[in-house]
Amino acid sequence: MPGVNDFTLKIGTVNGTGSASANGLLMQAIFRMGIPVVGKNVFPSNIQGLPTWYEIRVNKDGYTARNAPFDLMVAMNTGTYKRDVAEIAKGGWLLYDSSWPLPKALHRDDITVLGVPLGEMCVETFGGDRERTLMKNIAYTGALVGLIDIDMDVVMGMLHEKFSKKKHLLDSNDKALRLGYDYVKKHFKCPLPIRLEKMDKTGDHILIDGNAAAALGCVYAGATVGAWYPITPATSLMENFNAYCQQFRVDKETKKKNFCIVQAEDELAAAGIVVGAGWMGARAFTPTAGPGISLMSEFVGLAYYAEVPAVFFDVQRTGPSTGMPTRTQQADILSIAHLSHGDTKHLMLFPANPEECFYLAADSFDIAERFQTPVFVLSDLDIGMNDWMCRRLKWDDARKPDRGKVLSAPDLEKIEKFYRYNATNGDGIAARTLPGVHPKGSYFTRGSGHNKLGGYTEDSDEYREVVDRIARKIDAAAESLPAPEIITHKGNTVGVITIGSARGAVMEALDRLRDDGLSLDYLRVRAFPFSKAVHDFVASHEKCIVIEMNRDAQLRSLLILETGVHGDRLESLLEYGGLPFGTGQIIAGIRGILEGVKA
Amino acid sequence: MTSITKPKVQHPANLKNQIGRTRRDYEGSMSTLCAGCGHDSITAAFVDAFWQLDIQPHRVAKLSGIGCSSKTTAYFINESHGFNSVHGRMPAVATGANAANSGLYYVGVSGDGDSLSIGLGQMCHAIRRNVRMLYVLENNGVYGLTKGQFSASADVGSKSKKGEANIQSPIDPVLLALTLGATFVARSFSGDKAQLVPLLKAGLRHGGFALIDVISPCVTFNDHDSSTKSYLYTRQHYHEVASVDFVPLQREIRTDYAEGQRQPVMMHDGSMVHFRKLEANYDPTDRAAAIARVRSAQERGEVVTGLLYINESGMDMHAINNTVETPLVDLPYSTLCPGAAKLDALMEEYR
Repeated sequence: MPGVNDFTLKIGTVNGTGSASANGLLMQAIFRMGIPVVGKNVFPSNIQGLPTWYEIRVNKDGYTARNAPFDLMVAMNTGTYKRDVAEIAKGGWLLYDSSWPLPKALHRDDITVLGVPLGEMCVETFGGDRERTLMKNIAYTGALVGLIDIDMDVVMGMLHEKFSKKKHLLDSNDKALRLGYDYVKKHFKCPLPIRLEKMDKTGDHILIDGNAAAALGCVYAGATVGAWYPITPATSLMENFNAYCQQFRVDKETKKKNFCIVQAEDELAAAGIVVGAGWMGARAFTPTAGPGISLMSEFVGLAYYAEVPAVFFDVQRTGPSTGMPTRTQQADILSIAHLSHGDTKHLMLFPANPEECFYLAADSFDIAERFQTPVFVLSDLDIGMNDWMCRRLKWDDARKPDRGKVLSAPDLEKIEKFYRYNATNGDGIAARTLPGVHPKGSYFTRGSGHNKLGGYTEDSDEYREVVDRIARKIDAAAESLPAPEIITHKGNTVGVITIGSARGAVMEALDRLRDDGLSLDYLRVRAFPFSKAVHDFVASHEKCIVIEMNRDAQLRSLLILETGVHGDRLESLLEYGGLPFGTGQIIAGIRGILEGVKA
Repeated sequence: MTSITKPKVQHPANLKNQIGRTRRDYEGSMSTLCAGCGHDSITAAFVDAFWQLDIQPHRVAKLSGIGCSSKTTAYFINESHGFNSVHGRMPAVATGANAANSGLYYVGVSGDGDSLSIGLGQMCHAIRRNVRMLYVLENNGVYGLTKGQFSASADVGSKSKKGEANIQSPIDPVLLALTLGATFVARSFSGDKAQLVPLLKAGLRHGGFALIDVISPCVTFNDHDSSTKSYLYTRQHYHEVASVDFVPLQREIRTDYAEGQRQPVMMHDGSMVHFRKLEANYDPTDRAAAIARVRSAQERGEVVTGLLYINESGMDMHAINNTVETPLVDLPYSTLCPGAAKLDALMEEYR
């Protein structure tokens, strides 16, 4: 049952009207009251005029998964009234702009309708179309402050921070906030039963999106070259990298930059720029999404075969083709695993939230340099573009980058002759040199057939020797990649395997099922190739339910391919409609599968 | 293979440059191109240009895409770093390499298929970014490795070896580069080493993207009577408008042209390019005039060659970006990582 510090609310507006900043304000205010909160932006691939929604979940226990239906709906878009009203939970509330009365046909007996003439009030109070539109958002925020008991001091404090240098904006925001607040206080019994009470559960936390966190990871890893082509939902990763670099990497006196960001003509070039920079020895990366990954595949094959370190962020969106650019999915797993023509296999990391985006981003550069190969960090739109509550990010000043086997000028002085692809010990990694460092370090890099000495070859044995070593190198990397997250209980025979952003909903579902007496083991893969722990988990459970966000059960396919487990032992629970998993959906899905198993 | 591998012996009498290197030090692996290929002559010109400029071999990065022309990066300066990348994508690799390490000499070798078809966009954008590199387009109007298809630079009416005439209009890299704002645009002929070597030298010292389109006949697939990219046709229609003598900063030499025929241009590093104007009214610093001259020549079926346009005041990629002088690869990690204290402080902004 929803109640104090435990409810969901959804706001339906029209995009391009300024609602995003009002919604952000709302969520941040709840966070500053010390209450765990999460916000998800469900937005169109459009600049202005189409429906957009913002979902907020308040949960005193810290669960942050999507949880439909909604206890309170703020319906500000007449065009979506019908579906918005339908999504309200039994016994819930509807707040709408009564300047345009709700059609009778949309009334529901099992909800409470709260009409506030927001449009009318804003027309009376403000001048100019733009200001009236913008302030309507602040007015509904004011109404919510009254209805769910948001701390007015916190909200005002935030407005003062935001508009400290723009007094006139502060005044109009203040006025708009009061319009909504005063109206609900006067006309309705405030607060509603779903309301907020201050807690102290967010002190060690921050609100951050995964793209910002990943960008910060790149800065801390010492990345100097970033190449990109703008694409939803990855764009803000490079924009954040640029912003952090402006803050931390520009010489205060000379204004010279310690970094170079190249906005390329396409993703294909972006990948090439990363490969060129990685070849020179810079830590280089490119953020993209599915369509970009398709274009990058040619260069990824080159980097794999020529053994050039490179970091790729794939903020996954709904495919195939253009798909739904502003909706989320985990549907690039299978194509990236073996991206590009010929025999390839790539290292992948799977963050579950912004916190992991930061740490795995930083790790990805070490991994790429250590194994001299492309590394893919696969987040998704939900992680990348939504603000998540996570622990404060930390950095250890003792940490030094792992540059892998790179021969310095003194190293080269000592050796007779350098051969690029000649691995001398069992890990399959051959030492590399960086151009310009020493005459002895020179070698020829090529995507064409080459032998272990770095020379061109069309000889079968010489060719096989190199590609077999690369295969060994990639497989051996598995144990050095981030370990899976595993929770087991004695005696369980059924396990759940999941990936990435599905974590929140899966963890919550497993807690609730366990409360109901159904205990299941849990594993979340964090990297590919799979480590022994993943193989063992699959082998030691009679049945595993693989929960992922794509149509074709891509993680399950990869598990079958890699572990050799019989397909009968891996069930699938899938969501691929473009929205994140909801907890209820997973509970129902697991129950359905297990009942089917029994029958 | 057209000949045996050359022995690595150095004759004591071989002439040495200022850093004590002989021409042999600037040679590469044996060419595997057809005997008489224009590309091999360009390779020989590269050897001369690098040797004459006293460049440390290991401070050179040679990049290429795919095709006969792209193979040639392996045929000069063994001791440098070569990167034979993917078809048409060399400009991106060069851009990234240059972004990471601005301290090396970059030379890109491409062909008409590599640059004007599959990689047309990449070449254009490298020009736009003004990546500091010498970009040599070995232009033969034909796809050699796949045995004789027309390329995008094939002239209208030029016939393939099988006798089929091309009817699609050609893409001229020189006109394209001029309209895109390129800061160094030249055309030459593989058969004219005397012209090509100074052009390569000037291009290597240019402060931005230097394009040299070199007509380089394909002896196997495009050197017949009805080809407009054959040795014979090129020699017959060859017209030099503005040649150069490249004078490095440290070694001022006297040139022997009459006043009025010479036009000095200072390179970004202080070196001088002296134009030998073969047409009295040609001004290689006037972009519009250069475009007009190339067009008028094409209408007459002439191939104008020489350094057609130069602008040493353009900003290269790093100047536009305002990058630090030290190559990014040489910056110590301590200057790149903001550290724990700054992260802790930053976290307050996410509350």
